[in-house]
Amino acid sequence: MADRAQPVRAGAGIVAAGLVAAVVLGALGAVFWRAGGGVSPGPADWAAVRFTVLQALVSATLSLVLAIPVARALARRRFPGRGLLVTLLGAPFLLPVIVAVLGLLAVFGRAGWVNLGLGALGLPPVQVYGLHGVVLAHVFFNLPLATRLILQGWAEIPAERFRLAAQLNLGPAEIRRLLERPMLARIAPGAFAVVFGICLTSFAVALTLGGGPRATTVELAIYQAFQFDFDLGRAAFLACVQIALTLGAALIALRLAAGEGFGAGLDRPVDRWDAATWPLRIWDAVAIALATLFLVVPMAAVAVEGAPGLISLPASVWRAVLTSLGVASLSLVVLAALALPMVAALSTGRRGWIDLAGLLGLAVSPLALGTGLFILLYPLADPAALALPVTAGVNAIMALPFALRILVPAARGVVADHGRLGAQLDMGRGPFFRLVLLPRLAPQLGFAAGLGMALSLGDLGVIALFANHEAATLPLQIYRLMGAYRMEAASGAALLLMALAFGAFWICDHKGRARAVA
Amino acid sequence: MTCRFRSSHLTLAAGCLIGTAAVADTPTLTVYTYDSFVTEWGPGPVIEEEFEKTCGCDLNLVGVGDGAALLARVRLEGERSDADVVLGLDSNLVAAARDTGLFARHGVTADYDLPLTWDDPDFVPYDWGYFAFVHDKDLDAPASLQALADSDLSIVIQDPRSSTPGLGLLMWVKDAYGDDAPAIWEGLADNIVTVTKGWSEAYGLFLEGEADMVLSYTTSPAYHVIAEDDDNKTTAEFDEGHYLQVEVAGKLAASDQPELADQFLDFMVSDAFQSAIPTTNWMYPAVTPEGGLPDGFDGLMVPGKALLIAPDDVPALREDALNEWLTALSR
Repeated sequence: MADRAQPVRAGAGIVAAGLVAAVVLGALGAVFWRAGGGVSPGPADWAAVRFTVLQALVSATLSLVLAIPVARALARRRFPGRGLLVTLLGAPFLLPVIVAVLGLLAVFGRAGWVNLGLGALGLPPVQVYGLHGVVLAHVFFNLPLATRLILQGWAEIPAERFRLAAQLNLGPAEIRRLLERPMLARIAPGAFAVVFGICLTSFAVALTLGGGPRATTVELAIYQAFQFDFDLGRAAFLACVQIALTLGAALIALRLAAGEGFGAGLDRPVDRWDAATWPLRIWDAVAIALATLFLVVPMAAVAVEGAPGLISLPASVWRAVLTSLGVASLSLVVLAALALPMVAALSTGRRGWIDLAGLLGLAVSPLALGTGLFILLYPLADPAALALPVTAGVNAIMALPFALRILVPAARGVVADHGRLGAQLDMGRGPFFRLVLLPRLAPQLGFAAGLGMALSLGDLGVIALFANHEAATLPLQIYRLMGAYRMEAASGAALLLMALAFGAFWICDHKGRARAVA
Repeated sequence: MTCRFRSSHLTLAAGCLIGTAAVADTPTLTVYTYDSFVTEWGPGPVIEEEFEKTCGCDLNLVGVGDGAALLARVRLEGERSDADVVLGLDSNLVAAARDTGLFARHGVTADYDLPLTWDDPDFVPYDWGYFAFVHDKDLDAPASLQALADSDLSIVIQDPRSSTPGLGLLMWVKDAYGDDAPAIWEGLADNIVTVTKGWSEAYGLFLEGEADMVLSYTTSPAYHVIAEDDDNKTTAEFDEGHYLQVEVAGKLAASDQPELADQFLDFMVSDAFQSAIPTTNWMYPAVTPEGGLPDGFDGLMVPGKALLIAPDDVPALREDALNEWLTALSR
């Protein structure tokens, strides 16, 4: 856009988006090229596609439906420990899959706490394995993310709107109609698309809790094509199907995400006179308590399980901690370099394709991406030497969709509310970016950075394809410990990883939490 | 640790700083293996030290994922691979590995202590084990696959599409029951609590109490006895016999160190290598070392009958066996 009135520059964002698209599509292209074409997806593959879409739809819908009351309750209540709870809500999302699954099973499994309780009452045990188990795990992973994304939507309604509503004596029903539904209509479709995308690439969770090959997802079919059949063409084709599904969902979501923001406010603390009634208080308390129980108890199980192993952690685990922190920090730098220009570009217009390029990191199969990058990089350098930078880069690309989801709605608000004033003051694009956009995005930047850092810490991703034994990240080290019967040490390392991811998230998210609290 | 000639690499830079000065004329033998082999508690460190004592070389052990990932990696790299030796292929993958044409014949002769004759021209075995279902000693275990299928015991198994033990069980049922394999799988379907991506997940679920039995090896209880002083785990002996996993290594034809590679394969069946296997890889050594097996191995169940489908017959059976498995378990 050549329009001088635009307060931010789009060029760098277009370059960043192009770069992301080139890496992801280039990697897939490399797999196709190496396969020499030849694609033959069988009926089993299409069955996998159907199951994947079904479980992702159910999981994403349930996550969103449950997240709305929890986010609403958190938005209109203040209580001691709320900040800690908001941060804790980020944690399940950050756990490595196998750790989270073992935590869930400690609660819902055959010998889990729920069944022990049922047994004590003389009731028959519940069976966790099946489609409902897959959905349970995906809701466990994604309810917190959905809650945070929606909670942010609430935080973006200026306090003045609620003040005006109170002056007009509007009750909860009118507030819902005039403020909350329009906000949800703007935020929820994007959140749905992100959660749907996450559930689409699920593999180990779906297989383990799905109870067997009925629960074969596209990602498992890709895995099979690579490792069982060594059919690269089919693997790449299935990876494209996965991308098409995620991007299709995203396109629908972007179209559905309608409505304007609520305009500028003066950042006053929000007072919710409308929510002071007892029925609403009880409703909110129940929503918060149930969500907390559901999310925190399995994490407590991970902690209980891991505590004994903490004292006897092998030295390699501590080395892996340092490696992981290095990778996560590097990944954060790459994430910032990609996300900030793209946010700037997206804040002035819709530019759907930049958004879609940003989503590629979510849509692409980690195994296909890793293999493609391997094919591309292998002729140039020793893969082991590139293990850490490639992991950091891939982690950044995978965190990018989340960062954009968090940053873009707020950035659009800032440009809409303050862009004209900036132009009147003849503020250059640089000063506007530095003095207006970045400071006003501080809470969202903190949240996005925390999420990006923790995601990178918990990701197994492509490191397994590239690593040698000198460069293991903590999640890889946990798998290696488990693979050598050392379950106690693995549990201890998992607790350590949970604490690290949580700590990184806590530090980065300081502002975001403050904003969600205020 | 000495400095490898690729000293510019980030991951090795730290090692170079604390190691001795670069020795540019020391040849390097690169061995690709699975991840758990190279960890500090795996066989890797001992074997690297022992081999480097005699070879006048630098042994570079590179861990790349698990058994199936290992072959995929070698195929991806093709003839350009830096690897000289690939160590850790499962006997069920031997034919697929041979078909790549990337492997060379070996000249190793040894007096193997395998339950079956092994005379593969391309691949040398270094350890082996019987697949078996591990359970707590107080369980009234079934005496055959058929009895397991008829029981209401719960089991956890691995997916044959992503795990070598999972593939092993697929071949076990096929070898024992042939065309009746689908009936066994249908009988087992209601015993199978779930199917996991790999061995670690399945074993972890079993230890968490999610199932009565888990597919593993007859040697698994030895870990609990030796490392944890816990003799509460055992394995069930099945009348049909127990399928073998033979782990093998092969030399790559495109190796730039063919003599060193041969030397390594010879070393692999020697005492120095074989004596490290039982308590680091928790498998039986291919050649029993002079000192015999460690305490804790003597109490293990020894099946009366060993099963193994000849490696070259596996590819023809694998596809059908997988489809039977998928059909039976997808109902």
